[in-house]
Amino acid sequence: MHSLILSTATRFLTGLMLVFSVFLLLRGHNEPGGGFVGSLVASTAFALYAIALGAQAVRRALRVDPRTLVMVGLALAIIGGLLPLIEGAPLFTGVWTDIPLPRGGYLHVGSPLIFDVGVYLVVVGAVLTVILTMEEEVL
Amino acid sequence: MTAWLVALPILVPFVTAILAFLAGGSITVKRWISVAGAAVLLAVGLLLIHQVYQHGILVGAMGDWPPPFGIALVVDFLSAIMVAITGITGLAVAVYALAEVDRAEEHVGFHPLFHLLLGGVCGAFTTGDMFNLYVWFEVMLISSFALLVLGSRKAQIDGAVKYVALNLVSTVLFLVAVGLLYGMTGTLNMADLHLTIPQVENQGLVTAVALMFIVAFGIKSALFPLFFWLPAAYHTPSVSVSAIFSALLTKVGVYALIRVFTLIFTQDVGYTHNLLLIIAGITMLTGVLGAAAQNEFRRILSFHIVSQIGYMIMGLALYTPLGVMGAVFYVVHHIIVKANLFLVSGVANRLTGSFELKKIGGLYKSQPFVAVLFLVPAFSLAGLPPLSGFWAKLVLVQAGLEIGSYLIVATALLVGLLTIYSMTKIWNEAFWKSHPDAIEPGTGAVALSRRDYILLTAPIAGMAALTVIIGLWTEPFILLATAAAEQLLNPDAYVNAVLGARP
Amino acid sequence: MEVVLSVVVGIMVTASIYLMLGRNLVKFLFGLILLSNAANLAIFTSGRLTWGSPPLIPEGALVPITDIANALPQALILTAIVISFGLLAFALVLAYCAYQELGTVDTDEMRIAEPETEFAKKASRAWRALSGPRDRAP
Repeated sequence: MHSLILSTATRFLTGLMLVFSVFLLLRGHNEPGGGFVGSLVASTAFALYAIALGAQAVRRALRVDPRTLVMVGLALAIIGGLLPLIEGAPLFTGVWTDIPLPRGGYLHVGSPLIFDVGVYLVVVGAVLTVILTMEEEVL
Repeated sequence: MTAWLVALPILVPFVTAILAFLAGGSITVKRWISVAGAAVLLAVGLLLIHQVYQHGILVGAMGDWPPPFGIALVVDFLSAIMVAITGITGLAVAVYALAEVDRAEEHVGFHPLFHLLLGGVCGAFTTGDMFNLYVWFEVMLISSFALLVLGSRKAQIDGAVKYVALNLVSTVLFLVAVGLLYGMTGTLNMADLHLTIPQVENQGLVTAVALMFIVAFGIKSALFPLFFWLPAAYHTPSVSVSAIFSALLTKVGVYALIRVFTLIFTQDVGYTHNLLLIIAGITMLTGVLGAAAQNEFRRILSFHIVSQIGYMIMGLALYTPLGVMGAVFYVVHHIIVKANLFLVSGVANRLTGSFELKKIGGLYKSQPFVAVLFLVPAFSLAGLPPLSGFWAKLVLVQAGLEIGSYLIVATALLVGLLTIYSMTKIWNEAFWKSHPDAIEPGTGAVALSRRDYILLTAPIAGMAALTVIIGLWTEPFILLATAAAEQLLNPDAYVNAVLGARP
Repeated sequence: MEVVLSVVVGIMVTASIYLMLGRNLVKFLFGLILLSNAANLAIFTSGRLTWGSPPLIPEGALVPITDIANALPQALILTAIVISFGLLAFALVLAYCAYQELGTVDTDEMRIAEPETEFAKKASRAWRALSGPRDRAP
């Protein structure tokens, strides 16, 4: 499909949606949001990009095979689950640490964040694998 | 530390899958990662058996949430045995796949998918939570879908349509059953369910949900009349995929049935287990008769999976210590033998050029070693002494006689005879008679390089040796199966281990 | 309220079974999607329904002060939705591939993996003659 309006709007929208998806991912820390929701927004962004500019453009923009994203995400999720080993706690227990910030205050991060980023990548990768396959098959 | 130990059967295949996918460049590295991962899984399985023997049932609370609130992984003898046997077949098929799977299919991701499948299977074997069981079923299912269509030949897609359709229906039924179970009891932890099910007011509804589980797991384990997807799909992918499917997928269904109908739904044994017994008998007969009508190597074997599933369910349905012990022993025997027969079918195909029995022949004369390798699992499948199948059938028949279920015993014996018929058919057509096109198997167009020959026959020889060992040195295996059956029929130990194990 | 939802689940299951009985693969898939939604609704209902009481613990408290909605069924449904999303996406691609490769969506005509034997052909012809002309799937 070639539509000037759609392809111009897509360039703005995709970036905006990707930023929003990262926002949702980080917000999931304590409030509604999280890796899964964020990743669906991100996949929607790429799906829009694929509709406007074609599946090949998405593959170029991604730079990596979506299936690699799935596997990297899976690896991150497992690493997030394995971290409690350091403290001798069972698998998938949340471990937390405070990273001090330059101007006072601190950043409270833990293994669930790594797990969530893993989920994010797995879902983006899986959804994109399906979408791109179908897009390339049908068109 | 127990929590880590019981998570190993899941972690090892997943880490292997990730490494096998991300290891860049050469295919050789991926192959060795795959084989090594399967070997480690086998070691983990043996370690688990040892640990259960030493310390009793192992429980690990994931995320430090005590059961019944969090997800617990529970490993008793049955789970440990199943993980070990998954490791054995996984290792054998991983080696076999080195010479059998297309290079193109390896590039598309055979090795990672293979290990994801093993991970899903092991997860189903170790979990102690109904919903988590559902999740592992899905992990297993999605990787099996991908493996089944790998290579996208027409027959594969045709088979996959039926496989996917029926398995998705079973998935949804399973989910509804889990939902209703939760609605009745307010818990999904298996040990907790064992305690709460007898307190449910409406026991009729419990039986109805139990029937839903029979249907859902019945589709997975290819029970009569829900087995149609199996012979439609199992002969279409590459032999390695067929072999691992035949060994593990239906057995996960059988495992789930054994677990659920010894731990959770034991309040109306007269109805549910009798129903299972009838289903078991018909399943045996249908499978073996279906096999008699086939003329393709792998389709015959596929129908025999169906008939053999009947034996396992028969052991469960008899619901005596001997019966359940027989079911566990039969599962172990069957996984090894059936995977092995599929692997032999692949070698026969490579040496003669087809799976169609009418189009091949002459294997006995030119490849006597392969012929012996076929005879061991084939005789074992039919139940000839002194191989593993003989003892498995003997125990089940004895269990049937013990409580006077003569009809099922007669069926089991008859099906054993008919199994010999099918095996004889394969023997006559593929091994005994000469090749219809006068091709010498293993020469010319169907020649096999030395490397391929070794990689293809070594796993078969190993599993055949295991069959003989189980047959000749049966006692330790029988003792292990007896211990597993004792744990299954006395769920109190299981419940205490899970609900008492608060960190 | 539970009663109403139970009836809705019943209707959805009925409709989905009707769809799944068709020979058309696409209809079957629609039936399956409907069925998996019915399953989710069934889980939701079996977790009991409450009005406007989100499962949140107010700041400062350690346990919920009032009765709250059961959060577990919702977590289960979310997981089930994610899984069925993946499976159905795969099924959809597969159906498309089947149409491309086999040239049909009529499941009766997909006979590549299980070719009809002479005997089966005769039997089905005899059956058709007995049961009269049958309607073709669109």
